[in-house]
Amino acid sequence: MKARVFVTLKNGVLDPQGKAIGHALNGLGFASVGEVRQGKVIDLELSETDTGKAKAALKDMCEKLLANTVIEKYEIELK
Amino acid sequence: MTTGMKTVTPELVREHSLTPDEYGRIKKLLGREANFVELGVFSVMWSEHCSYKSTRAHLKKLPTKAAWVIQGPGENAGVIDIGDGDACIFKMESHNHPSFIEPYQGAATGVGGIMRDVFTMGARPIAMMNALRFGEPSHPKTRHLVSGVVSGIGGYGNCMGVPTVGGEVNFHKSYNGNILVNAMCVGLARTDKIFLSAAKGAGNPVVYIGSKTGRDGIHGATMASAEFDDASEEKRPTVQVGDPFTEKLLLEACLELMATDAIIAIQDMGAAGLTSSSAEMADKGGSGIELDLDKVPQRETGMTAYEMLLSESQERMLAVLKPGREDQARAIFEKWELDFAVIGFTTDTSRFVIKHGGAVVADIPVTALSDEAPIYERPYAKRAPVTGAPTFDKSKPVLASLEKILAAPDMASRRWVWEQYDNSVMNDTVQHPGGDAAVVRVHGTKKALAITTDVSPRYCRPDPFEGGKQAVAEAWRNLTAVGATPLAVTDNLNYGNPQKPEIMWEIVAGIDGIGEACRALDFPVIGGNCSLYNETNGEGILPTPAIGAVGLLKDVTRMATVAFKRQGDVVILIGETKGHLGQSIYLREIEGREEGAAPMVDLAVEKKNGDFVRGLIASGRVDTVHDVSDGGVLVSVAEMAMAGRIGASIGMAALPEAAPFWFGEDQARYVIAAPFAEAEKIVKEARAAEIFVAELGKTGGDALVLDDKDRVPLARLSAAHEGWFPRFMAGEEIPATN
Amino acid sequence: MKSAVIVFPASNCDRDAATALEQMTGTKTLMVWHQDSDLPEVDLVVLPGGFSYGDYLRCGAMANQSKIMGAIKAHAGRGGAVLGICNGFQVLTESGLLPGALMRNAGLKFICKQVGLSVEETQSAFTRKYDKGQTISLPVAHGEGNYYADDATLDRLEGDGRVMFRYQDNPNGSARNIAGILNEKRNVLGLMPHPERVVDPLTGGTDGRGLFQSLIETLS
Repeated sequence: MKARVFVTLKNGVLDPQGKAIGHALNGLGFASVGEVRQGKVIDLELSETDTGKAKAALKDMCEKLLANTVIEKYEIELK
Repeated sequence: MTTGMKTVTPELVREHSLTPDEYGRIKKLLGREANFVELGVFSVMWSEHCSYKSTRAHLKKLPTKAAWVIQGPGENAGVIDIGDGDACIFKMESHNHPSFIEPYQGAATGVGGIMRDVFTMGARPIAMMNALRFGEPSHPKTRHLVSGVVSGIGGYGNCMGVPTVGGEVNFHKSYNGNILVNAMCVGLARTDKIFLSAAKGAGNPVVYIGSKTGRDGIHGATMASAEFDDASEEKRPTVQVGDPFTEKLLLEACLELMATDAIIAIQDMGAAGLTSSSAEMADKGGSGIELDLDKVPQRETGMTAYEMLLSESQERMLAVLKPGREDQARAIFEKWELDFAVIGFTTDTSRFVIKHGGAVVADIPVTALSDEAPIYERPYAKRAPVTGAPTFDKSKPVLASLEKILAAPDMASRRWVWEQYDNSVMNDTVQHPGGDAAVVRVHGTKKALAITTDVSPRYCRPDPFEGGKQAVAEAWRNLTAVGATPLAVTDNLNYGNPQKPEIMWEIVAGIDGIGEACRALDFPVIGGNCSLYNETNGEGILPTPAIGAVGLLKDVTRMATVAFKRQGDVVILIGETKGHLGQSIYLREIEGREEGAAPMVDLAVEKKNGDFVRGLIASGRVDTVHDVSDGGVLVSVAEMAMAGRIGASIGMAALPEAAPFWFGEDQARYVIAAPFAEAEKIVKEARAAEIFVAELGKTGGDALVLDDKDRVPLARLSAAHEGWFPRFMAGEEIPATN
Repeated sequence: MKSAVIVFPASNCDRDAATALEQMTGTKTLMVWHQDSDLPEVDLVVLPGGFSYGDYLRCGAMANQSKIMGAIKAHAGRGGAVLGICNGFQVLTESGLLPGALMRNAGLKFICKQVGLSVEETQSAFTRKYDKGQTISLPVAHGEGNYYADDATLDRLEGDGRVMFRYQDNPNGSARNIAGILNEKRNVLGLMPHPERVVDPLTGGTDGRGLFQSLIETLS
């Protein structure tokens, strides 16, 4: 099973990189760009076949390592 | 030989940047047609980058020996003796072409590569420098390239925990399409623990250590030997990606292995990866080598022999061990979680033999890849140096010109750059970036190394010979100005296409100039690197023979810095001022012209003046010195004042005209500051030694005061000097072209 | 005072910390490998600066998973002193031994320079030899030193007197100019600036000595 984890900064936590990207896009003439927030995508291959178990394991991985929940939130996508 | 490989055709030969004549030579050496794998091997080993085929005949003329030289050119890096059983190992190398294509990774892997060159010899790297040249600030790519290169250097060097202590950043339109990224690494070892690359003996295991091999940077070495055209943009996927984390582990693991006596030879896998490292080790050891590619740790599946041999994946080394020591070595690399594999053995056949899938895929006499590589005495077209003294507008106010010069792209403070480099990690950085030379203490002793890089490319186009001399002289002067005894040089020769006779002349004359200065100053060249074909769409860069140099301070407490330290010190100029404005910063920035003769260096005077100044520092009499270089005397005095936050009141000491006196770029000069009584003695002694000396004035106040009438506050000069770089990088201004 | 410095893969201020400690205490500092599960008998554990695990994923995140962390948490739990410098501070926030997180510098660039700090609190084993409100000059060298915590946490830190050092000219965007904080039990300090780089007048000054002298006085 393949999984994709999205890790992004929590709402309200300042994202200077996102801000810089937005600024650069505006500079390139993309005037319609408003706020930009950036994050990471982590692709994992799992030997687990049970969707429920996989989700639970992934949640655990996010809590323990993949995200720092002081500042980050995460979303899990199974394929 | 295996079948299923591409047949070698004239087109394929051309694609590998080999000429029909060169291929004819290959056939003769093999006694048959080469197969595709062998063609790949020859193409990288005979590339300019690996074989120095255009420059080798000329590089031989450089002086490489001195009593303190332990290892001259030919190894991964040069080695000098710095006393007490300590050795200093250093080298400078370019990563120009990859950095133009992908500035962050290009610069980062350049740093990684030069560090491996140094630690593969047994040294712990203790300092990094880099000499960077970018296109004009107004060129649309420049900002992006500066930003990428600087963060790439920082990203790699900072993670390694080796301080980046200085360097150079210049801008000129000739680099618009071909930037220069030259990185220098300095390391320390014990003189009895230096590791070389000669794979002596037969039947010894050849081990692969570090990262796995992927398809990175295939044909990087041939790319670095070809001119750029607009289609080069498509070469992007071949750029390697650096992994400083792995390199840091590799460094620690190698040093741990080196503490044992298991190693016979060791070499990093740099340009042309596995091929050049194994062929060079066999060549130097006078042995043969046989590798089984199936045993190479691989990151990707389905890699061909051609790809594995030519891959430039980073953070890899090859070592030859004493038989039976494999397990001892394996344990160390496993502790550091690095790949380790025995992939072959040395032989007594003097052949380079590669197996893959059970079959021999390459079988080449080792010497065919080294000694038999072509050497070209390429034709060159001598041209007379540009002569003449340029005119100038005598009515320009001096201090306004000074302020403008201090804020010029080539002269403004580089703080924006070096604050992105960790310059104090390892706790031995005594002089940080911004002085004449960086000073790094030899850990646990009172000795220190002084390190600098220098070249003035604007002198090298009008007069390649004098420009080469001047680069060496200025590096020597930088080291002297902090009080160090200059010991040795690494050269990084960046030029255009050597197949053009006018460029070849720049190379030949430049090397001759470097050689003359090194001989006169007893300053041997112990290693270096050539980067040719630095052209874009047929336009060559300014000749840029960057000189990296190292000197020794026996007692680091007897050292000079540029900053004024006391009010009321007498400001003294050592060396003769004739007012040379040709090719000067003043002429370019104030008059808008690049004209006239480059300044000439009188090497006997250089030595005499430098030895005098160094003597003053070594005896503890002087602690404030700055050499006079880009921008002339007034720029030096202003930099000393800004660094110490103490002003000065000075006046003209000789010439009738202000601009040539204050901004002329005559060579072999220093500004020093000393308390009155000491200063009087110094002036007397200089005169007795027939050294030109002049009292310019006194330190004090918070402004620079000229001839008791014109004044400019230091705060204003500092704002101009510090402001340009951050404003430029923030995109706040499009500066004038240079 | 007996001390140990933890060596993570790609720690790079481990030797600097040991040198400074040895210079200040006159005794040998023990180097402890991250894969060890036990700490030697020591008074102080230092988590040094560097780029543990290449700073990949997040600074300090993977170092927090290494074997030795269990022993460090136990040491801290027993009231043992723990000092996290730079990357060590990042490891301490990742581990939960200190609150908050260290984010990318507001200027998005790595920054290495000498900065002015004010010593906010002297009621601690780490700062008692300084004067309250004293200005000291320490180098910073980091890309991710931008301290973040929610307002409630920040209020609590300030209320408890656990903000130990503040930047006088904030180089990285840290909340409330925070450069270093203590845990609730006041035995774990994390700070971004490098006190171990300023114990020798030749290489940047001596303003870091006070921190080591405080520890020596308290723990010896």
